[in-house]
Amino acid sequence: MPHSLHRLVETVEIYLPIADLPVNVFLLLGMGLAVGFISGMFGIGGGFLMTPLLIFIGISPAVAVATVSTHIAASSFTGAVAYWRRRAIDVALALMLLAGGIAGTISGVLLFTALRRLGQLDIVIGLSYLLLLVSVGAMMVAEGLRAILRARQGKPVELRRPGSHTWIHGLPLKIRFKQSKIYVSAIPVGAIGFTMGFIGAIMGIGGGFLLVPMLIYFLRVPTNVVIGTSMVLTLITMASATILHAATNHLVDAVLALVLMVGGVTGAQFGARAGQKMRSERLRLLLGILVLGVGLRFAFDLIVAPDDLYTIRTIGESP
Amino acid sequence: MKRTVRAGIPAACAMASLLLALSALPAGAERLVSSLSSHIVKITSNFTGVELTLFGTVENDQAPVPRNGYDIVVTVTGPRESAVARRKERIFGIWINARSRTFVDVPSFLEVLATRPFENIADAETLRREQVGIANISLPQQIGPDIADVIPNDQFRQAFVRIRHERQLYGEIANGVTFLTPTLYRASIFVPAEALVGNYDVDVKLFADGAAIARTSSAFELVTVGVERFIANAAVDHGLAYGVATAMMAVMTGWFASIVFRRD
Repeated sequence: MPHSLHRLVETVEIYLPIADLPVNVFLLLGMGLAVGFISGMFGIGGGFLMTPLLIFIGISPAVAVATVSTHIAASSFTGAVAYWRRRAIDVALALMLLAGGIAGTISGVLLFTALRRLGQLDIVIGLSYLLLLVSVGAMMVAEGLRAILRARQGKPVELRRPGSHTWIHGLPLKIRFKQSKIYVSAIPVGAIGFTMGFIGAIMGIGGGFLLVPMLIYFLRVPTNVVIGTSMVLTLITMASATILHAATNHLVDAVLALVLMVGGVTGAQFGARAGQKMRSERLRLLLGILVLGVGLRFAFDLIVAPDDLYTIRTIGESP
Repeated sequence: MKRTVRAGIPAACAMASLLLALSALPAGAERLVSSLSSHIVKITSNFTGVELTLFGTVENDQAPVPRNGYDIVVTVTGPRESAVARRKERIFGIWINARSRTFVDVPSFLEVLATRPFENIADAETLRREQVGIANISLPQQIGPDIADVIPNDQFRQAFVRIRHERQLYGEIANGVTFLTPTLYRASIFVPAEALVGNYDVDVKLFADGAAIARTSSAFELVTVGVERFIANAAVDHGLAYGVATAMMAVMTGWFASIVFRRD
């Protein structure tokens, strides 16, 4: 039996029609499960892990970015449904973020197309990952360590000061968001949405790990609605990124996306259970280490001399 | 007329050598016959490449088999495509794509099989004229305003051939054709999973005593069938609808998962 099972695992390769290569279906399912587990554990989409993993197994960065957006749309939908049932979504805020998010996604896909034509897409994806993940990861690790040290010394966890106002609260066009109980300008809301849509389209990440802290620190959105609201934004920006990438660059691989999704949504359920048993500051530290690690991996690729200086990219079949 | 006058002497020499070659071998003495094990290869979801067998005979009416025997060179050429080769350079401490070269309408698949190392089959000049070996097959490139091939040891051309070789798309096999009897030959052609769909030409050349004396050609087609074909076509021909359908699939999967794993 073990022999025949081994053979089964070895031979079950599926042909990915858009990525145009055969890949072991169990490898893809396993990656979906693993990334899904992590995303459920930390309450994030996991695109920043999935995209690099796909690139690592030989799928071109462009196809990886475009296809992961589909995968994230699926996992954030599952999350959004759960938060909707608990009424933990600020619909008005989500819509306002979306207005910026859609504009950001369109600009991101346009830049993506232009960079691809210039042959510099891979390097931009690599550099963006490097800068974003290393800086965000380092901040998260530092913050996580401080929190753990404070807990060790028996000091109470530092609380947010809801009353304190920053320059953001001085901006015009103020809107009241009832569910979140905040009264802020539409400008930073739209800007945050735009940023998330833009980097999502370029980097193939939903950006939950960025959006949640932004909403908390800049807009003072209460924690009980922040994750649900961020998932709605992620869902819609990633669904529109899927459609736009498919319509302009023909790079979305539906077969690849489906296998990843099935693994992802399943893994997320187990991850969520594991995450509930852990202390939140330890969880944040772990996530920080993970983000930093992936960032450093990209740094390694850019700085160390490549095995092969040459690359070939097909630019179209002749009739 | 002018051209023949200007190139009079070399042309006369070439003509003489041709006549000499023809007189040495009775005209039309050898005929090549070949057959492929399959003319249509279907790509299904578990396609991991295919091995085709080429069989053939040298039909020889009256001439005796040459002293050194016959040599066969099989060239398999896949659908043509254009591609850009890029070279990374270190700029400000990081490796980025700097110089590039566009290859225009080059074969996506190119395999040359022979009975012996090419240099033992014929002299360099004959090999070049008969386009035997990857070095002698034209890989047109965009160089400034012109489209032309370059010398075989050009860096970009070498890198292009090497990368395609690593992916089993380009290759030369010096003993890829075997004679089972003095006139019956056989060759195996491996087409990897990565190969493009489309028409593949199989060109067979017969050499004897350092000269090409007969040729024949055959072809096979790589086609995608079933779901893969449908998906690949839909993605290119109906991008928007394909995108909407894929996004819907994502939402359905997410919704389905939220029902299956519902805990409240």
